[in-house]
Amino acid sequence: MHDMRLTKHEMPVLDPKERSRHFQEVALGYTAQIAREEAQRCLNCRHKPCVEGCPVHINIPSFLKKVVEGDDEGAYQVIAESSTLPAVCGRVCPQESQCEKHCVRGIKGEAVAIGRVERYVADTHLARADKEEVPASNGIKMAVVGAGPAGLTCAGELRRRGYDVTIFEALHVPGGVLVYGIPEFRLPKSIVHAEVEKLKKMGVIIATDVVIGRTLTVDELFEQGFQSVFIGTGAGLPRFMGIPGENLRGVYSANEFLTRVNLMKAYETGSKTPIQRAKRVAVVGGGNVAMDAARCALRLGAEEVSIIYRRSESEMPARKEEVEHAKEEGIVFRMLTNPVAVMGNEDVTHIRCLKMQLGEPDASGRCRPEEVPGSEFDIEVDAVIMAIGTSPNPLIRTTTAGLETNKWGCIVTKDESGLTSRDHVYAGGDAVTGAATVILAMGAGKTAAEAMDDAAKNS
Amino acid sequence: MVRILEKQELNKQVFRVVLDTPLIAAKAKPGQFVIVRVDNDGERIPLTISDYDRKNGTISLVVQVVGASTHQFSCMQAGDFLQDVVGPLGKPSELEGIRSAAVIGGGVGCAIAYPIARELKEMGAKVDSVIGFRNADLVILEKEFEAVSEEMKLMTDDGSAGEKGLVTDALKALVDSGRTYDVVFAIGPLVMMKFVSLLTKRYEIPTVVSMNPIMIDGTGMCGGCRLTVGGKMKFACIDGPDFDGHLVDFDEMLMRGRMYAEQEKHAYEKACNLFKKEV
Repeated sequence: MHDMRLTKHEMPVLDPKERSRHFQEVALGYTAQIAREEAQRCLNCRHKPCVEGCPVHINIPSFLKKVVEGDDEGAYQVIAESSTLPAVCGRVCPQESQCEKHCVRGIKGEAVAIGRVERYVADTHLARADKEEVPASNGIKMAVVGAGPAGLTCAGELRRRGYDVTIFEALHVPGGVLVYGIPEFRLPKSIVHAEVEKLKKMGVIIATDVVIGRTLTVDELFEQGFQSVFIGTGAGLPRFMGIPGENLRGVYSANEFLTRVNLMKAYETGSKTPIQRAKRVAVVGGGNVAMDAARCALRLGAEEVSIIYRRSESEMPARKEEVEHAKEEGIVFRMLTNPVAVMGNEDVTHIRCLKMQLGEPDASGRCRPEEVPGSEFDIEVDAVIMAIGTSPNPLIRTTTAGLETNKWGCIVTKDESGLTSRDHVYAGGDAVTGAATVILAMGAGKTAAEAMDDAAKNS
Repeated sequence: MVRILEKQELNKQVFRVVLDTPLIAAKAKPGQFVIVRVDNDGERIPLTISDYDRKNGTISLVVQVVGASTHQFSCMQAGDFLQDVVGPLGKPSELEGIRSAAVIGGGVGCAIAYPIARELKEMGAKVDSVIGFRNADLVILEKEFEAVSEEMKLMTDDGSAGEKGLVTDALKALVDSGRTYDVVFAIGPLVMMKFVSLLTKRYEIPTVVSMNPIMIDGTGMCGGCRLTVGGKMKFACIDGPDFDGHLVDFDEMLMRGRMYAEQEKHAYEKACNLFKKEV
């Protein structure tokens, strides 16, 4: 029996006014009751369009059916066949442009809230803290570089197939962007920690504080007996605009700002990490990272936080839900605005901007923003956060002979398997695509693991 | 976790530790640095490697107490464990082909300058060195520098050891006396490196400085360590830490270095327990 209501069950959230002053998770999650009712909205279509929309191809109707039946652990097992980090995906995946985009219920009304139910299933599994099954070892060593979404997924998939997997991570904690980038109020670190612990219980070894390209090279990993290497080092190198004043005090890359707040825990009282407690903050950029930075700045006590974006709101790459949450919390959206200089003596005092108007569509298919002549104006700020994108880190490409990269520094892969120009070296995630999403990186990690498995079997 | 094998006070503010880090020791080269976290919620402190022993798998760091985290580090003893040590980071100093050099060290910077002087000497280069300190109590590595240098000048601000004056005075005297150098290495406080660079620019001697700005990850991720070199933005952690002293915008670096001065001072005072009342 299906629940034929046209809209999703609302996600319970904290009150915007209250939540904008602390870092507790905004979305509270479905209860068992709501999750079952929402799962009943699934029509169990035979052609399963939602599965095609999922980068890791979770059997969505099957896990929803288990939820309807009250078999939450069974539902978890269905998800676990395809996904390594469901508690993370349930929170940060852009479902509206993936699985839910293809849901038949979305034709007339809203799609099934697949992501929210996935989160419910993953959270209840983590809460049970069952022992993880440890797959038997086949004695073949595989190396994974980078403990972010791509690397963790690849490692989990390889371990499930019996390989002895070691992940090498440059930072002092695993998680990559999940721990340094995405803030606590959107993805609690306890969730990431639990997912990582799950992998460790499965037998994945995580070596932190090892920088591949410096401490060890890719070639040395082969000398150590690893059969294949997966590179999932992300796109961590921050871009700046190249405008005057970007080195003034009070100008941050979003990476630095978010790393101080999240990884280095500047948001906690008594934290040893210094951070500027700015009153008026401008965040430049229109993606999820810009939303995260703006909402963090607000929670650190800023009185006014603006998003400055050179196109209009409909071109913003951020998830709609993130934009809505940011607006509810009082973030000011200054659209069709482009900074031309950061002003100040030593500390930032204001940011000089031009008004923009939309012209003809450009290569990205979005309307090209053009300057409105004579429209210069200043916004008073004491901090500016540049959230205009990142490039892949050069450490591996400059220390691995024969590893082909493109003009942006992204690693070139031969096909979907993630095989690079070097034998036995695979890559995936932002290191290949440039900055994209968590789930696409996970999909790439999974595909590469399958290819590494095939190659090992055929060698 | 990394074990501290030895610890030794060099003066009241500066101490030296030897760390059990086989992976880092196998790769370390002069000019590179590590990042240390003292405990589980510690800051990431960038520290230049002052020496390494590949056979025993150890590196040495010489650390000056400048804030809360280095103060906490200074309280640890041989046998204690540091939470994290990661490296070697940054590009090694380029020493190949150098036949003559002046190595200028200021304060704790001498600990980083010394391995460069020694390496150059071992490569067969002619080395002069100038080391400067505020006063006699702060002098470190005097004998070590003497052993690798043809000429060695010790300078102090107050004349309590060596000659009274600045390192630039001594360098100028050496050059004026006819000593010639392929390159000058200057490692120490920003102000010192700035004035050494201004001097050597007049004499047209290529000059390498080692930058140690505020940074978090040390792998190119945060961009906090950015500086302007020849009008271009560079990241000290992956493009450096060595840069052409004649191209570095030192005034901008000095300005950026004061970013968290207030908060750091506050944290340090708290750490030293100088404030008796609640802060």
